[in-house]
Amino acid sequence: MNKFTLHTGIAAPLDRANVDTDMIIPKQFLKSIKRSGFGKNLFDELRYLDEGQPDQDCAGRPLNEEFVLNLPRYKGTSVLLARENFGCGSSREHAPWALDDFGIRSVIAPSFAEIFYNNCFKNGLLPIILSEEQVDQLFNEVATTEGYELTVDLENQVVKTPSGEEMAFEIDDFRKHCLLNGLDDIGLTLQHADDIKAYEEKRRQSAPWLFDAIK
Amino acid sequence: MAGKTLYDKLFESHLVRTNDDGSSLIYIDRQVLHEVTSPQAFEGLRMAGRQPWRIDANIATPDHNVPTTERSGGVDEIVDPVSKIQVKTLDSNCDEFGILEFKMNDQRQGIVHVMAPEQGAILPGVTAVCGDSHTATLGALGALAHGVGTSEVEHVLATQCLITKKMKNMLVRVDGELGIGVTPKDVVLHVIGVIGTAGGTGYAIEFGGDVFRNMSMEGRMTVCNMAIEAGARVGLVSVDQITLDYVEGRPFAPKGEQWDMAVAAWKDLVSDNDAEFDEVVEINGADIEPQVTWGTSPEMVVGVSAQVPNPANETDQVKIDGINRALEYMGLNADQNITDIKLDRVFIGSCTNSRIEDLRDAAKVVEGRKVAGNIIQALVVPGSGLVKEQAEKEGLDKVFTAAGLEWREPGCSMCLAMNPDKLGNGEHCASTSNRNFEGRQGFGGRTHLVSPAMAAAAAVTGHFIDVRELIK
Repeated sequence: MNKFTLHTGIAAPLDRANVDTDMIIPKQFLKSIKRSGFGKNLFDELRYLDEGQPDQDCAGRPLNEEFVLNLPRYKGTSVLLARENFGCGSSREHAPWALDDFGIRSVIAPSFAEIFYNNCFKNGLLPIILSEEQVDQLFNEVATTEGYELTVDLENQVVKTPSGEEMAFEIDDFRKHCLLNGLDDIGLTLQHADDIKAYEEKRRQSAPWLFDAIK
Repeated sequence: MAGKTLYDKLFESHLVRTNDDGSSLIYIDRQVLHEVTSPQAFEGLRMAGRQPWRIDANIATPDHNVPTTERSGGVDEIVDPVSKIQVKTLDSNCDEFGILEFKMNDQRQGIVHVMAPEQGAILPGVTAVCGDSHTATLGALGALAHGVGTSEVEHVLATQCLITKKMKNMLVRVDGELGIGVTPKDVVLHVIGVIGTAGGTGYAIEFGGDVFRNMSMEGRMTVCNMAIEAGARVGLVSVDQITLDYVEGRPFAPKGEQWDMAVAAWKDLVSDNDAEFDEVVEINGADIEPQVTWGTSPEMVVGVSAQVPNPANETDQVKIDGINRALEYMGLNADQNITDIKLDRVFIGSCTNSRIEDLRDAAKVVEGRKVAGNIIQALVVPGSGLVKEQAEKEGLDKVFTAAGLEWREPGCSMCLAMNPDKLGNGEHCASTSNRNFEGRQGFGGRTHLVSPAMAAAAAVTGHFIDVRELIK
């Protein structure tokens, strides 16, 4: 997994609540059996005016010029500002894959849906929860300042604005540790294989009907 | 000390270890796999040179991509080449690792969340995961079931464990009696309307009270299925005699002495009387009328006798913007009657509402009637091959086709339109599925979530109508 330590980049505001994972990456693109290549279809129905197809060359498609990520001033965006309950709906990990492939490294919102939030950490993408007031402030600042950049410092758990203001955020120690070091959590869990085996043996005694039944 | 909730009991009884950082490793008894969220997980295993930890904990079936039209030609005849590859990839992965799979034309194939309990693969007291957010469905059996992403599918395949943090407990208590024509779908839509689409984030929701105690297993599955639409990864109902009666005799359920042992263990799968919940929501069942969503989030829901909301009545700007955007996308006007919304298509199916009871409810309404002239298509898609067989035994297929509805093969179908069943741009659909997001059922499609009875009523009248007017 990619590490995440410190990142500075252009921020873009996606000003709507309850952005669902169908919106982040529509279903027709989930047919791929790969983890990569979803970036060109990120927010497909918001970004383009026509209906996108899998394996299509997106270069000639009509763009929705009003969509925030299509505005010239947000070219190269890597920090997405969002509203409450970002990533709700389907558990598709294709959503963080698409954000990552597009070049988004961090999403900042007042709240996230749980499965999406969790999926981000498995892909080196950092979701940050700030208060509604702080998110409002960032929305206001980004709107008035072209080329507005944010710095996300995971080690120190702060978001820095261009004026030098720091906004602290919370994150689980385990998730932080994995992101900072780019750790594969399967490898970490397998370090506890003896504990798992011991539990499994107990389970086999107390609930034998759950073993060797499905075959 | 306060008693324990059902969720506490399930979590604690599966705890392998708690790490110093507060994260926990819990053991997962069952994983259900389908073709969309598993290929990258199997590929990950192969690339790391890992084997599944425990083959007999897994069961698989293709559901999202499969065509629901005649398909006796098998996987090779799936028209969409990308869908075909995905279904074939599931087949080959299951064959390679020795995982039991009900392939597309197996009688037992179906939507994962219909197939797994039907087979007894999910039992009371188990922990389960599936790479699908509607895994919450399985909590109806008193199981701790999580929807997970593909990395977690791989993690559970490789370690039989999930890294997690204990959730908070919410009790949604619905007492009193439901009126005639008010179904489990209406109850859960109403609950989502009350607590909001993010109201359950961070919680395991237990559904308690008279209404759920008196509800069938099918109904409980419908309710738990949509816990995720209220933001909760987990929905639960305590185990009772209705649960045991449902489970007994299913293919992978324990038998003989093991059945008795299991039943004894399952008796404890209830929240203690003195259990403390972090949040309690109380609703009177008698207040619930048939529900219809008007917008693009499941919380945008009202009773059928109501009107489409007016943003002028809101004060919060993000909310006002949300309503305006939804009205525009849905092609609706503020204050318009729900019963004046005309439909173009009707979809009866999905992991929310494709079980036998749902089909019976819908059939009762359409019997002796005809699909209205303005309806382009009305689909009935059973949740599994076995549901289909049972419905045909009862003659429900004939009732549907006589009324002009199409009777299809099992799969996810128009719930998310990964197969050819989809809405056209701008079309309104009365759908028994679970999500009314923009584009969910097809590019530009406009979804209204309703119960099977309400969808059937819409099919025969061409617009929304209080189903109670048809079943008086």
